[in-house]
Amino acid sequence: MKYLAKMTITLRDGILDVQGKTVEHALHSIEFEMIENVRIGKYVVLEVEADSKKEARELVDSACSKLIANPIIEDYVITIE
Amino acid sequence: MKFGIVVFPGSNCDHDAMYATSINAGCKAEYIWHKETQLPKDIDTIILPGGFAYGDYLRCGAIARFSPVMREVVNFAGKGGYVMGICNGFQVLAEAGLLPGALLQNTSTHFICRDVYLNVSSNATAFTSEIPDGKVLRIPIAHGEGNYFADEDTIRQLEDDGRIPFRYCDADGDVTEAANPNGSINNIAGITNKRGNVLGMMPHPERYSDIRLGANDGLNIFESLKKCLN
Repeated sequence: MKYLAKMTITLRDGILDVQGKTVEHALHSIEFEMIENVRIGKYVVLEVEADSKKEARELVDSACSKLIANPIIEDYVITIE
Repeated sequence: MKFGIVVFPGSNCDHDAMYATSINAGCKAEYIWHKETQLPKDIDTIILPGGFAYGDYLRCGAIARFSPVMREVVNFAGKGGYVMGICNGFQVLAEAGLLPGALLQNTSTHFICRDVYLNVSSNATAFTSEIPDGKVLRIPIAHGEGNYFADEDTIRQLEDDGRIPFRYCDADGDVTEAANPNGSINNIAGITNKRGNVLGMMPHPERYSDIRLGANDGLNIFESLKKCLN
């Protein structure tokens, strides 16, 4: 069966996200002084062939840890549909 | 003494590395296409050159590290062969797990292309043996993601083991915050693995290996390898 997987990848907490910081400064310079802690990440969507939702999650988790994300610097969240 | 220079799709310093090792350092050198599944038998040092392998898609070095040749590079390093990753090559080595840590975006968010000064902490490595004591190297950098990051334990280990041969410094050799171009922890510009046979560095020694270009401090590194391995 084919499953749809969606992944959100962000820099781990504690690692300075310079892109997020730059966007945050830009937001403050217009009218959004109330916005803070901007973090920017990646969004990946893919289809995976698997026998079950559990297997699909395991396969995608493995793909994330080996290639799609770098666990040294990034966290990822997977949703399977 | 022979260098093997890996060519990934998107490498753009491979010819500079060829010129520096063969014409300037007077060694033998040959290109190794990234799809090779066997290394030439007579290679002593492999260079992963600078560039934008696979367009730096996903993360710098993330896809290149799965190129067929990388399996051989990992085996080669495991047997004690010398491997040197320059700029994008350093990013590939980090992604491949041959060196610890990762290279993040520069804190300035800018791509930085200019000369930097490097403090050489030790000339006891094969990569630095011919660098005179106290010599400060002037070598260019050209990267957007050179901000070295590793967790605290890894940094402590690198420091304790003396595995940080190159740090960004000022012209006098002083390692200062102002001399850090990209936000690297502890001004790290280059590190080695525990065994000392794998080096990753963000600056480009191959670009300053011919005095006709105005400076040749980078040649010290290739000549160090030549001396050690001949």
